[in-house]
Amino acid sequence: MSIEEIQNEIIEEFSMFDCGEDSGDSWTAKYEHLIEMAKELPAMDEKFKTEENIVRGCQSRVWLHAYQEKGNLKFLADSDALVTKGLVALMVRVLSDHKPSDISKAELFFIEKIGLREHLSPTRSNGLLAMIKQMKLYGLAFHQKQMD
Amino acid sequence: MQVSPSIKLTENDIMKIRNDFPLLSQKVHGKPLIYLDNASSSQKPKQVIDAISNYYLNEHSNVHRGVHYLSSAATEKYEAVREKIRKFLNAASSCEIIFTKGTTDSINLVASSFGKKFIQKNDEIIISEMEHHSNIVPWQMICDERGAKIRVIPINDNGEILMDEFNNLLNEKTKIVAVSHISNTLGTINPVKEIIYLSHKRNIPVLIDGAQAIPHLKVDVKELDADFYCFSSHKAYGPTGVGVLFGKEKWLNEMPPYQGGGDMIKSVTFEKTIYNELPQKFEAGTPPIAGVVGLGAAIDYINNIGFDFILERENELLEYATKKLLNIKGLKIYGNSKNKGAAISFLLDGIHPYDVGVILDQLGIAVRTGHHCTQPLMERFRIAGTVRASFAFYNTREEIDQLVSGLEKAKKLLGN
Repeated sequence: MSIEEIQNEIIEEFSMFDCGEDSGDSWTAKYEHLIEMAKELPAMDEKFKTEENIVRGCQSRVWLHAYQEKGNLKFLADSDALVTKGLVALMVRVLSDHKPSDISKAELFFIEKIGLREHLSPTRSNGLLAMIKQMKLYGLAFHQKQMD
Repeated sequence: MQVSPSIKLTENDIMKIRNDFPLLSQKVHGKPLIYLDNASSSQKPKQVIDAISNYYLNEHSNVHRGVHYLSSAATEKYEAVREKIRKFLNAASSCEIIFTKGTTDSINLVASSFGKKFIQKNDEIIISEMEHHSNIVPWQMICDERGAKIRVIPINDNGEILMDEFNNLLNEKTKIVAVSHISNTLGTINPVKEIIYLSHKRNIPVLIDGAQAIPHLKVDVKELDADFYCFSSHKAYGPTGVGVLFGKEKWLNEMPPYQGGGDMIKSVTFEKTIYNELPQKFEAGTPPIAGVVGLGAAIDYINNIGFDFILERENELLEYATKKLLNIKGLKIYGNSKNKGAAISFLLDGIHPYDVGVILDQLGIAVRTGHHCTQPLMERFRIAGTVRASFAFYNTREEIDQLVSGLEKAKKLLGN
C-alpha cells in the first residue's frame, strides 16, 4: 500500500469512533484504540535506545532508529509515554517500509483527519513533531545516498 | 467581591468569587473547565481586565516624560502602584520597588548587577536543591563570568531544606544566598526567615524567589529582613509581562544598572552618562505601564479578599485534595513537608505524567505535567516528571472530586 492509502485506511479505522463533537465518550474509544496500538507496537530493542536515536521532547521522549532493507527505508520507534507511543506507532505504520524519496515527500494529512492534531502542536513538546521531521530527513538523506 | 476575614465563607460566596473570573466558566472539549494549573499562572478577575482596558481606553500615554495631562496622569497612576506594592510588601521606601518583566527578570537583574559588583573569583553562591531553573541559571551565568561557584543545599525525602547542611555551607566565601519561598514543584514553604537570620549573622545577603508565595500568603519584607524579594504579577491574578523586584536601598544603590536606555539616566553625553536615582536606575526604557496598572488592580483584589481567607481556603482545599488523592491506589505524592502551599505533585504508579495530563485535558481538567523547570529536583527524586495540581481560592471541592474521578479514568485507560 502507498503512504496515502495507509493514511486513508487509518482515517477509516478511526471514523467509527467519531459520533460528532461533544458526543459522550467518543474520545475515550479513540484514546483506547491509540493506547491499544501503543501496546501492540513491537518493543524496541534496548540497544537502539541510544542518545543518538533520541528525539527530545520536553514532556515525553521518543526514540527513532532508521535502517534500509531492499531499497526501502524502515523505522523502529518507541516512546516513554503511552499516548505518544500510540501516535509513534501510527507514524511508523504510515511511513515505514517505503522508498526514501516517497517518505521525504509524504504529506501527512491523517493526524488532522482523525482529530489528534493537538498532539502535533509544538507547545505539546512531546517529541512527535521532531520525530516526523527526523523521519523525513532520513528519507531525504537515504534518497541522496541512493542517487550518489 | 469584598470579603471580611471574620466571616466564614459558604460555597455560595465562593460562587460569587468565581463570577469575578470570566474565564472559569469556559468549556473545554465540551466539558466545564477545571483549572488546576494556578501555580503556573492564575486566572484574572474582571476587575483586573477592566483596569487594563480602561487604561488603554482613557488614560494611556508614556510615563515620566511629558508635561501634558495624559502623561502626568499615567505617571501618577504608575507611581501609585509602586506605592501600593511598597505597602503590600511593607518595604521601607517605594524606591526599593523596581518593576521588571517578572520573577525571572528580577533574579537576572540581581545576579547580573550584584554579581558584577560583589562576586569575585572563587566566591560562592548558595541555592537549594528545589530551585526553579530561573533561580539556578542566572547564578550559573554570573558564576561562569566571575569564576565563582554554586553550592547547593540538599533536601530530605519530604522535600524540606536540611537546615544543618545549609548552616555548614555558609562561609566567608559565600556572597549571596538565593532560595524560593515556596517550591513550585513540591509546594514546600521554606523557613526563609531562619535562612535570612542565619545568613545575616555572617553579613550575607539573601534573595527570596517569591513567585509562588505572593498569591498565597502575606509577605512582609521588613519582618523577614529579606535583602531581595522577587515575584511575578501573572501568578497573583495580575497580567503577564510584569513583575517586581524588592531590594534594600543600600544594595540597590551599590549595584550598577542592569540595562541602559531611556528613563534610567540623569544626563547623557558621548563621554559620560550619569545614571538616574532609584528606582528609575533599574527601569530602562518604557515600562509595561498597562501591566503595572493591572497589577495594581490585582493587589487591590487580593487585599479585598484578604490573606486570612485565602490561607484558610487554600489550606482546606490542600487538605481535602491530599486526603482524596491518597485514596487512589498506586498514587504517590512528591513533597510532604509539614508546611506546604496549595500545590500537589504526584505520580500514578507506572504511568507517564504526560499520558495522565492528556487524559485529564480531555475531561476539561487543566494540570501541569513534566519537570516544572526543576530538573535537578527531578533527578533528586529519580523521576522524569510529575503531574501537578495547584489550587487557588476560587477552586472547589467538587473540582477536586472531578480530578480524582479523572485520575481513576486515566488509570483504567492507561494501566497495564
